[in-house]
Amino acid sequence: MLASAILTGLGLGSMYGLLALGFYVTYSVSSTVNFAQGSSMMLGAVFAYAFSVRFGLPLAAAVAVALALCALYGLLVGAIAVRPFARRGSNAWLMATVALGIVADNVVLFTFGKEPRGFPMVFSGSLQIAGINVSYLQLAIPAVGLSLAAALHVFSRRFIQGKALLAVVQNPDAARLMGINVPRVVAASYAASTLLAGVAGIMIAPLSNVHSDMGTLFGLKAFAVAILGGITSAWGVMLAGLIFGVAEALITAFLGSAYTQILSFTLVIVALAIMPDGLFGRAAVKKV
Amino acid sequence: MSRVLLAFALFVSLSASAQESVKIGLITALSGQSARAGEAITRGLQVAIDELNAKGGLLGRKFELVRRDDEATPAKGVIAARELLFREKVTVLFGGLDTPVSIAIVPIVNEAKIPFMGPWAAGTPITKNGAKDNYVFRVSAVDEIVDKAMLQYAQRTFNAKNCGMILVNNPWGESNEKGLTAALSAKGLKAAGIEKFEGNDVDVVPQLTRLKAAGADCLFLVGNVGPSAQVVKSLDRMGWKPPVVSHWGPAGGRFTELAGPSAKDVHFIQTYSFFGKQSPVGTKVMKALMAKYPDIKSPGDITPAVGVANAYDAMMLTALAIQAAGKLDGTAIGKHEGLIKSYNKPFTPEVHDAVNENDYVWTQFIDNQIVPVGMKK
Repeated sequence: MLASAILTGLGLGSMYGLLALGFYVTYSVSSTVNFAQGSSMMLGAVFAYAFSVRFGLPLAAAVAVALALCALYGLLVGAIAVRPFARRGSNAWLMATVALGIVADNVVLFTFGKEPRGFPMVFSGSLQIAGINVSYLQLAIPAVGLSLAAALHVFSRRFIQGKALLAVVQNPDAARLMGINVPRVVAASYAASTLLAGVAGIMIAPLSNVHSDMGTLFGLKAFAVAILGGITSAWGVMLAGLIFGVAEALITAFLGSAYTQILSFTLVIVALAIMPDGLFGRAAVKKV
Repeated sequence: MSRVLLAFALFVSLSASAQESVKIGLITALSGQSARAGEAITRGLQVAIDELNAKGGLLGRKFELVRRDDEATPAKGVIAARELLFREKVTVLFGGLDTPVSIAIVPIVNEAKIPFMGPWAAGTPITKNGAKDNYVFRVSAVDEIVDKAMLQYAQRTFNAKNCGMILVNNPWGESNEKGLTAALSAKGLKAAGIEKFEGNDVDVVPQLTRLKAAGADCLFLVGNVGPSAQVVKSLDRMGWKPPVVSHWGPAGGRFTELAGPSAKDVHFIQTYSFFGKQSPVGTKVMKALMAKYPDIKSPGDITPAVGVANAYDAMMLTALAIQAAGKLDGTAIGKHEGLIKSYNKPFTPEVHDAVNENDYVWTQFIDNQIVPVGMKK
């Protein structure tokens, strides 16, 4: 039971982590986030379903188009729900991103349809590990999640473009003087954020169903994970996702599902009470 | 006059003029995961209303269906109920497939003294709601009776000795937890385990692993189509294939598409199937459905059949009650040849459910169609 629960938790946890990485990317660059990250996840699944099943594209092509559209949606979020408010020093982007997510959910409801649809199964088949049945998809999900977290970490530490991303949040004016196009970098971070959410949506779709509100609860949990992880560390956010997912699965497996939500969110509160900057975050340094 | 007849007698206390239509309200899920089920109820009611109107309606007044979408949410159902009862002034209100929504509406109709007819939601407390004046009736399955039938089917068909429950975490799941526990107790048995899951859970493996570890040799499943599909997919991922005996949740949508190839292994209860030899009423209804709805070309296209059949019979019994009360002689509904069965005084002051365990059919999904178990491979 333990191994099975851990496997389930790792799968779900890496999806929370991927979504939470989206929060990390934009927060690292602009100290803003897209609160409707769950809607971006839903769009990834809906676009991939539409292009593969309804328009008959090969799955790989459908996924590529879906991710490109997710990135475009991220540019839209940054341009109309964040930038106009952030540049005036207003925090109204909080509500604007939620509102845009609700608009996206409802546009999908009317265009995609009201009924949930089944996503084509990818990586079908399974193998036996330590006496438990493990589907290839269950292995692929954490592998993709961890690979993307690693890629993001390397990009932000080793590449000049990645360093430019981090420079923007530290001092936008100095970054501008150094020749960094700040609005473009912020826009790119939103595109990357929704692209990561799109990957999570496409990975989770074969396990779940595709429908307009499939991302709502995921988005909420991912935000809890981002805060738990400290939001300023890619690895921290990903690890927090895995911890949250495994904790959920273990609570369900050993105590029963009645306690899952109560205990998992209580653990988040307790962890943040003890470590206010998250499990892997660092307190912001105020220079006076 | 019995409470039943008193309730139905209110139909004819309508002060509306003879030219006005008799409004029949329907509150059900018309969007979301259960949209198909809502459409099936609509079709059953509409075909019955067309048939009644073709015969002249009620004392020269035509029946008219007024629908509202509850989005499977009790709060939205309550708002819709108030609108239909007090603004649209419907004569009778029909409910949808979600027990939590119906349970939320029950106190409103009892207070307003307007009859509420349930053509789908099976929660026991809907009709057994404890109200002194109970205006709630049902032509559908009832959880406590379904639960006995599920146990009997699991024992007889699969020789099950230690069944576990996997139930959606809402009032419908709770209603069946009580019913299944009572059914097991009556036979001196206990459940291998009782597990709940949320309707939007992606992975139900942890709950199923607990049941497997407890030695369950069959599963009682209660959940609407999306959640039921999640259970089947999780069983597939575990590589565990116990017999799954289900309430009728899978019937509410594209179960085969959502659950994958193992959808066919779930045996679930229905009150009617349009497959096989039909009664004259069945033939008549099927013809009417095919004439009105171009997408219906064969029995397999009438899906979920239970929504259509229950709603059709419920509307016909409602019309009979209106006509009976219209004579102001308090005559109860007598015999009626319905789609599901021949009714004979279906409602009494104590019994507000017209369908019982003798009226159930066990079915499975084969190629996107709900067929009686064993009819197709």
